[in-house]
Amino acid sequence: MTVPVLEIEGVSKRFGTNLANDNISITLAKGEIVALLGENGAGKTTLMSVLFGHYMPDAGRILIDGMELPQGKPRAAIRAGVGMVHQHFSLASNLTVLENVMTGTEKLWSWRSGTSAARKKLLAISERFGLKVDPDARLGDLSVGEQQRVEILKALYNDARILILDEPTAVLTNIEAERLFATLKEMARQGLSLIFISHKLDEVMAAADRIVVLRGGRMVAERRASETSKAELAELMVGRRVTRPVREPSTPGALALEAVDVTVKIDGVERLKSISFRLREGEILGIIGVSGNGQAALVHLLSGTLSRASGTLLLFDESIGNLGVADVVSAGIGRIPEDRNEEGVIGEMAIWENAVLERISSSAFSRRGLVNRKAGMTFAKEIIGQFDVRGGGPASRTRLLSGGNMQKLILGRNLHQRPRILIAAQPARGLDEGAVAAVHARLLEARRQGTAILLISEDLDEVIALADRIQAIVGGRLSPPVEAEVADARRLGLMMAGEWHEIRKVDHAI
Amino acid sequence: MRFERREHRPLYLLIVAPVLAVIAALALSGILIAIAGAPVLDAYWRILTGAFGSRLSATETLTRATPLMLTGLAAAVAFRARLWNIGAEGQFYLGAIAVAAASAKVLGDLPAPVLIPLLLLVGAIAGMVLILIPLWLRLRFSVDEVVTSLLMNFIALLFVSMLIDGVLKDPLAFGWPQSQSISDHAMLPKLIARSRLHVGLVIAITLAIVVHLMQLRTVFGLQSRAAGLNPSGAVFAGVPLGKTLMKVACLSGGLAGLAGAIEVMGVKGYVTTDLSPGFGYAGIVVAMLANLNPLGVVLAAIFTATMFVGADGMSRGLGIPTYIADVTVALSLLTMLIALFFTQYRIRR
Repeated sequence: MTVPVLEIEGVSKRFGTNLANDNISITLAKGEIVALLGENGAGKTTLMSVLFGHYMPDAGRILIDGMELPQGKPRAAIRAGVGMVHQHFSLASNLTVLENVMTGTEKLWSWRSGTSAARKKLLAISERFGLKVDPDARLGDLSVGEQQRVEILKALYNDARILILDEPTAVLTNIEAERLFATLKEMARQGLSLIFISHKLDEVMAAADRIVVLRGGRMVAERRASETSKAELAELMVGRRVTRPVREPSTPGALALEAVDVTVKIDGVERLKSISFRLREGEILGIIGVSGNGQAALVHLLSGTLSRASGTLLLFDESIGNLGVADVVSAGIGRIPEDRNEEGVIGEMAIWENAVLERISSSAFSRRGLVNRKAGMTFAKEIIGQFDVRGGGPASRTRLLSGGNMQKLILGRNLHQRPRILIAAQPARGLDEGAVAAVHARLLEARRQGTAILLISEDLDEVIALADRIQAIVGGRLSPPVEAEVADARRLGLMMAGEWHEIRKVDHAI
Repeated sequence: MRFERREHRPLYLLIVAPVLAVIAALALSGILIAIAGAPVLDAYWRILTGAFGSRLSATETLTRATPLMLTGLAAAVAFRARLWNIGAEGQFYLGAIAVAAASAKVLGDLPAPVLIPLLLLVGAIAGMVLILIPLWLRLRFSVDEVVTSLLMNFIALLFVSMLIDGVLKDPLAFGWPQSQSISDHAMLPKLIARSRLHVGLVIAITLAIVVHLMQLRTVFGLQSRAAGLNPSGAVFAGVPLGKTLMKVACLSGGLAGLAGAIEVMGVKGYVTTDLSPGFGYAGIVVAMLANLNPLGVVLAAIFTATMFVGADGMSRGLGIPTYIADVTVALSLLTMLIALFFTQYRIRR
């Protein structure tokens, strides 16, 4: 057997008392795709940062083509042919694609910028791997998927032979992700070696040749993709058997929320076009669709931060006008926003403050403009206890919580009050397998207790597992609902593509 | 070497860091004093005695600190909500000239117990009015208030200049551009006889405590902090963003206007275009030195005033330019920012 392209030998890295990497060894062959699978906090990103020279390892070494790489020197790693595609792109949005790619490679003491040579090289690479992108486009004008392509091109431009991708699909839609993996396979076919980090079982099974599973900083298993299963990987990753909970049949109650021909305009653009849906107590209505098709407007409309241009909203058979956030909250509508960090919490504020902020004006938490801190702390403590929020007490900064625990906090502040209606947008996005199961269990429990839940999600598996009925959102329009029993991936795929006239219409009035 | 965010900010660090910052700043400006050829420790001793060595100098330092506390508070409350009010200087002048105008033209004949609170209110309202223009531009057209509030300073100063050379000009000032004096019973009572120290100091410290409690304990305080830290998160949680910023702006502009009113009513009695040696801008420095904490603003204002008043004494005694005070205050701002950074981050090899 030939010398592996990359060998990671016994790397350990400790942060304070936390052993982020414990004696990890991995090899990578030419033309191979290895997936690094693990939950959030398993040590995947730390390991790749050590490899790329961002961190100095406490022990262990890294060999490229059998030669030891000097530690803690990203420049040496780049020179040895390691390229890194970060989860949060390190690109400048006011520069063009070409300028971004050239950044850091230009000679400091040269009059000529070498643009034309760079353009030629960039176009050649882009041609070779089928990574189409306009070199003169301003980066800020590109979609997230295209920006990622630029980040990959930048690594290839630096003659990378080993490409590391940190959660490359976290920011992509399903279609973009499929396209990305086709590109990665093509690169591997042409002799590049790739490592990608992921916590999604589907994509590691589909794209990787070999899968390395990390858990709690340790390497717990190494499997060939052809010799393992999703169930086995899930168990290895979490360390115990996890099964996502699935809904049991139930009989829905009264009509809780009904929208009739509702249209929403933002800055003159129709984001929701005459949508209609009915949501009953004890039922989960799933809204599937590729993000950016009007989900944000739907969530904001029902959350009280957006008003509608026309149409009727009925809350328990009563027509309601445009509601503010306080009205929505006091009407017993719980809200889980799409983006936890952007809208769900204010990271720099304490956990108790985030727990009470949306109902601060209620008499339980303030009187005559004075905050009742004690009541807020008690409320936060109850949420932390009941919803198993780990990582801080009521007075700690919310930013310190992991994504899963932050989501539990948001779930908790909504479900603690037994809401009659819950608007849940992407409730499990970006969470690891254990946290996803916990969130799903909470949603199903709320359904059992009679809460009407509107589940807005991109994740087909999630919607199929949880929803009683499913509608698709495409270009601001809502498809007629289908019963979950008859919804399979093919049918949902057609609906998400906007082809719902192709499938048998399900009776709108149920 | 890299920086890592601290998970917890230990309490001792929050106390030790600012003290170390001031010591570091004094050490750094000590190098300059040494280069100027003066004994460093002696120079600092003279600054200290110059600022607090006698009854007169101590009251003078506190008199100087009073407007700084108010403009410092003005900056601190605004910056806490991420409203970048750089216009305290203009609001200061507008507050001052409003008091002079009201006293001379409208209210002058009222008895002191009514007149003084009324004039203070007039000054505060004048400051609010000036900040509402940049605020409206921001809320309506998303114009950056850093630029507009800064430019309003020049407009305000020229406006004041126009008034004191025109309708409000004092006929008894030998042709100098100077406003008419406010009536004697409009002057703030002295705290200590035969000094310039006046009740304004008590007002400033009281307001610092009130603002502190307001930020800590009220719904408005919580909401304005949320609006500053994460506007879209605040909107989602039902914080009325425009209304909250409006209240914050009024508070900030009002405090700066009040500073101008108090300076006229406590010290000068009339308005000139050199009423403020940059109190509005220095307030920004004071607020940053205090890490935007209202109680810290009181201490930071006294520190800054000490440096300025004390440097005069040192300059007279040792022949070093008084600019050393500017340098020390500027350096302490830099070291303070570095110190605050290290309360949030630690160095990793």
